[in-house]
Amino acid sequence: MDYKPEKLKKVISKSIPGFPFKAPTWPSSVSRTPKPSKLGANYDTEWSRTYPVRMVRSLFLDGVARPLIKTLIKPTVYGDDRIKDAPVPVIFAANHSSHLDTPLLASHLPIEYRHKTVIGAGADYFFDRTWKAALWSGLAGAIPIERNRVNRKSSALAETLLNDGWSLIIFPEGGRTPDGFGQTFKAGIGQLAKKSNVPVIPVYIKGTYDALGKNSRKFTPGPTSISFGYPLYLGESEDVRAFALRIQKSVDQLAYELETDWWTARKASALGMIPELAGPESKGWRDEWNRTKYKAAKISGSPHWPKTD
Amino acid sequence: MSPRPGFILDVDKSTPPVLFWHGEGFRMEKLPTGSRVVYPPEALPPLKDPLGAIVNALENPVGESDPLSSLLFADMRLTIAFDDLSLPLPSMESPDIRQLVIEQILDLAASKGVDDVVLVAALALHRRMTESELRHILGDRIYDSFAKMGRLTQHDAEDPSNMIHLGLTDKGEDVEINKRAATSDLLIYVNVNLVSMDGGHKSVATGLASYKSLRHHHNVKTMVHSKSFMDRDKSQLHSSNWRMGRLIKEAGVKIFQIETTLNTNTFPESFSFLQKREWEWNLRDRASFVGASTALQKSPPWLSRKVLHTIRSPYQLTGITAGEVEAVHDITIQNVYKQQLVEVHGQTDILTMGLPYIGPYNVNSIMNPILVYCLGLGYFFNMYRGMPLVRKGGVLILSHPTRREFDPTFHPSYIDFYDNVLADTTDPLEIESKYENSFATDPWYIHLYRTGHAYHGVHPFYMWYWGAHALDHLGGVIILGGDPKTVHRLGFMSASTMPDALEMAQSVVGPDPSLTHLHSPPLLMADVK
Repeated sequence: MDYKPEKLKKVISKSIPGFPFKAPTWPSSVSRTPKPSKLGANYDTEWSRTYPVRMVRSLFLDGVARPLIKTLIKPTVYGDDRIKDAPVPVIFAANHSSHLDTPLLASHLPIEYRHKTVIGAGADYFFDRTWKAALWSGLAGAIPIERNRVNRKSSALAETLLNDGWSLIIFPEGGRTPDGFGQTFKAGIGQLAKKSNVPVIPVYIKGTYDALGKNSRKFTPGPTSISFGYPLYLGESEDVRAFALRIQKSVDQLAYELETDWWTARKASALGMIPELAGPESKGWRDEWNRTKYKAAKISGSPHWPKTD
Repeated sequence: MSPRPGFILDVDKSTPPVLFWHGEGFRMEKLPTGSRVVYPPEALPPLKDPLGAIVNALENPVGESDPLSSLLFADMRLTIAFDDLSLPLPSMESPDIRQLVIEQILDLAASKGVDDVVLVAALALHRRMTESELRHILGDRIYDSFAKMGRLTQHDAEDPSNMIHLGLTDKGEDVEINKRAATSDLLIYVNVNLVSMDGGHKSVATGLASYKSLRHHHNVKTMVHSKSFMDRDKSQLHSSNWRMGRLIKEAGVKIFQIETTLNTNTFPESFSFLQKREWEWNLRDRASFVGASTALQKSPPWLSRKVLHTIRSPYQLTGITAGEVEAVHDITIQNVYKQQLVEVHGQTDILTMGLPYIGPYNVNSIMNPILVYCLGLGYFFNMYRGMPLVRKGGVLILSHPTRREFDPTFHPSYIDFYDNVLADTTDPLEIESKYENSFATDPWYIHLYRTGHAYHGVHPFYMWYWGAHALDHLGGVIILGGDPKTVHRLGFMSASTMPDALEMAQSVVGPDPSLTHLHSPPLLMADVK
């Protein structure tokens, strides 16, 4: 006779007595009313800004993250002199290519900002599980930002924190680039700057896509760069969308500056000839290519046939 | 979010076990598929400004009554009567609502220069309260101002010099009440209306009455015809009290009635699982339940009791009305119904309920077997309007350990009632005719009632009459988890498990019976259609 060992989960389940030791079952005659989620944009991150947690985060940032990043991706920081006299707080608006961007930028901010900065992170991605939410808010000081729909709660939180003197790192593209080219900055950055009356510092991060891009399966150590621009202020009659575009163009300029040199970039800027990070028109097919590449990898594997006894 | 109304759950396979009170502990019982569970409504939101509401009620009375401030004058005799600690259950967190109300009254009286003020605890034939209990109800400020000067009294129904006979009702009922209260220029009554039975004319006509007066409605005939005594319009107990109340008014006793209602926030945060539906218990509720039930189960009953009696309820005020008795009570009853009423369609063959560690007559004391009987067949069975939740000839299953335990200080006559009267018969009519008079007039019981903290000698009889309507209606009573010998003395059957109890019940009501469980706490009243 075949002996089939019971699955561990089943064994554990049998050894624990039922309700109330286990969660109650829900009577089928009772309709469920969805409970307001405590995750996503609703996650309360206040605890992560208490002094003990900030102290642990500072030790982690300076004692672990910074040396590790220095060793692995060897960042070079440019333009920190441009923000030497910038006010506190500010909004750091950077392009986004990799999960490395956050620890890289957070650990290499000038010391005036480093320990009192929060990071806007996708509520749907970084705050969808309790452990993830606790990890990111605790270790990185992340706050949830709703990317897919308008949410007053997350923008109100960011605004409150800016008013309380916290700086904010935000990636206005709304997510990592899938192909290494830049994406359009969302207007939310302009809206936030307008509401909080805080300047925006454009930041260009280079090299992280090659180290650990969105679809990379392995980490490839290599040199990286961070370039800070001058603080940008919203003009009195400037539209928030126009301001977001201005920030985006500043990041483009910083990127071009790193590719060439400061003088070349200045001249190109004056002539309106700065190439966009968004890349050439062919971006569309590359997106498709990336998607089908992933699909093809799945299809090319050995097929799984239904089991028959 | 507004509180959810009461709810009838149809039990199916996925319904988790249901919580039953079991004296100083709990039971989790899986009910058969097809059973119904009646869940109480959630606690109503409290009044935002309780003190403001009290002041407003005193100054804007209902019915034919002037504002309290205009009823007070310097040379008057003012008596303030208040409900004893049998209400609310469990005792509420400080400050008790009676303290808040009486403090406002005394502030007004002081401003009017009233010197002759006496406070009377409306005990009827209940036990006298201890100093700490009075301090809890009234607060230290009132206790210290009045007790030392002998102006804080507890109604003594056996002191002939302190009783006055006001006459007979048209049905020949004696109306004899507290003399100080009856001869005052104004009698203010401060009530806590926990259930619909409380309040109205019953406050004065029962709370401040003597045995001579009480026996006209606290008897088997009246109780059997009170269907139920929680439904005033169908309660002979109340009809009698109303007749007496009207006679008291005609005799010239000026009453300013103040009635309060509370929501059903009965248990503090650590016992919040008691207020929730089982399938909504979160991890914390389950952990609290497992912790509490294990600790209570492992502890000796005296210790569990001691712990449970320290619970103070976070009740909140939902209504306060003052003025003329009947007009006030009409509003109060609507407030009580709003909190407790659940509409139920159709009767059931078997009704189940769990009985807690506390009832109106064992605050800080033991729930003895007679009080178990009274709580189940008297109070909980009668928590209906329209018709009983269980059909005529149906079976009532109560869950309680029902040990042969008595408190000799508080319940001395109960011990003799159990040992001598119940050993002879459990028939209420026979008990009434054969034994009531000897217990009611026993000098030793009267002495203990007047000088100690004992319930009156006749009180266990009233407890037995309280269940007379249920006894008359039911085909059988089973006490789940009850001590067999004690349960047998009460005239009932005991079962150790729910399946056993259901099998025994089927032998009375027939196969494939319908079952309804009355889920408590908190309190609820079934509006049976």
